[in-house]
Amino acid sequence: MQMTRTHAIEVNDVCFGHDGNPILEHITFSVDEGEYLGVIGPNGGGKTTLFRIILGLLKPDSGTVLLYGQPISQFKERYLIGYVPQRVALSDMYFPATVEEVVKSGRTPRMGLFKRYKAKDKEAVENAMEMSGVSVLKDRLIGNLSGGERQRVFIARALAGEPRLLILDEPEVGVDLNAQEQFYSFVERLNSKLGMTVLLISHDIDVVAHQSKTVLCLNRKLVCHGPPKQYINEEYMQKLYGKQVRFVLHGH
Amino acid sequence: MPEIFELDFMIRAFGAGLLVAVIVPLIGVFLVVRRYSLMADTLAHVSLVGVAVGLLTKTHPVASAVIASTIAAVLIERLRGVKKIFAESILALFLSGSLAIAIVIISLARGLNANLLSYLFGSLSAIDTGDLYLLGALFVSVVAAVTLLYKEFFLVSFDEELAEASGVRARTLNLIMVILAAVTVSVSMRIVGVLLIGALMVIPVISARQFDRSFLQTMFLSVGFSITSVISGLFLSYYYDLASGGTIVLVSLVMFFISIVANRR
Repeated sequence: MQMTRTHAIEVNDVCFGHDGNPILEHITFSVDEGEYLGVIGPNGGGKTTLFRIILGLLKPDSGTVLLYGQPISQFKERYLIGYVPQRVALSDMYFPATVEEVVKSGRTPRMGLFKRYKAKDKEAVENAMEMSGVSVLKDRLIGNLSGGERQRVFIARALAGEPRLLILDEPEVGVDLNAQEQFYSFVERLNSKLGMTVLLISHDIDVVAHQSKTVLCLNRKLVCHGPPKQYINEEYMQKLYGKQVRFVLHGH
Repeated sequence: MPEIFELDFMIRAFGAGLLVAVIVPLIGVFLVVRRYSLMADTLAHVSLVGVAVGLLTKTHPVASAVIASTIAAVLIERLRGVKKIFAESILALFLSGSLAIAIVIISLARGLNANLLSYLFGSLSAIDTGDLYLLGALFVSVVAAVTLLYKEFFLVSFDEELAEASGVRARTLNLIMVILAAVTVSVSMRIVGVLLIGALMVIPVISARQFDRSFLQTMFLSVGFSITSVISGLFLSYYYDLASGGTIVLVSLVMFFISIVANRR
């Protein structure tokens, strides 16, 4: 690692629209290596769109995104990004696959084409299952799991590729409260203990307020970006969600 | 030796049947889990256009079927990216559209009914050594592709978006998969016929799915079911003088019902 800090992610003046409706307007921010960024905002505020642009699944109309200093289209080490997509816990799982097969599939991008599954891959997969607490489930079909279990399987899949950057899109949807709490403390440890950069979209402002180091408020435009203590308060939340929303933050 | 194995055409039929029985579910399993079960049927109907053209021009019907279904497969895959049409509507479009084209071509050329029927319903006596070589080449290609690209095919089928986001070439892999499906359908139709090849691609897989096994085990199970249907279907059709394609599919249907009953909870 060089001493000069490259940002993990740099988003520069990104605009994106669909059928003439603007979804994102002039978004600029960066994420440092090791940061835990929570993204909040109303539905339709462009959170998922922003993530999809960062992942290279959507092309911005204008502006640029750099991953570790390189434009996404040229970024070859895409396996360094672990991605847990939206609504995995609720997704319909007719697909016949065991937990182990799903977690293993998270290793595929790092292994490369025609490469066989070797000892170090097996170790990474087992490690990922162990960390996420799904080793005991490894022979179960994913369709037969609870929402919380499935969520842990999908984070294990993301970890199997030994990512440096973890991108989570509303992972709490469809998961009961108890499992949610465990899940978020696990994510927090990945950030604090292993130094993984975390990007989290959540509709749970509470989680973002207590877990993330930085918060980004998004409603088509960037409403605020900085420490949660400074921005998660009545004033900014009304700016973000509108006047009618009453804002209550639970202490922990 | 039972007399069935003294007949050259039956030996060729068993050889061709075994090759088809292995590769068809290997492709089918990826189609079924992606909710693309109708893809096989669609490609079969498109193949019919190729067969009609081949018969009309007195060239090689299988070759023109392969060309027609490959072009259709690529078009279907391209159209899938268009947001304003549902994936299944695209299949319906190709399925009915190609049937219309085939019917018109057939009506242009009179007197090819007998030949055409052998493609519609499959004909064991029509299988020649050339067909066997063709099937053998296809067998090697499909088994090699599925073995070498297994982990990529799995990832793309399970989560296309993740594959794309993490730098796996999802589009290329999808294209390879549908082209393999197209060629497999066109070449295999000699055994069970255009009208029933889709069934053989799907039914063994959904039977295997009933057993709640891992993906790999489901794949092997469906190959097992498929081989059993083809072999017993061929025996039954020979001894009871039944249409081979229909008998094979009926056997696989029986196995499907048994699978459901055996796994009832």
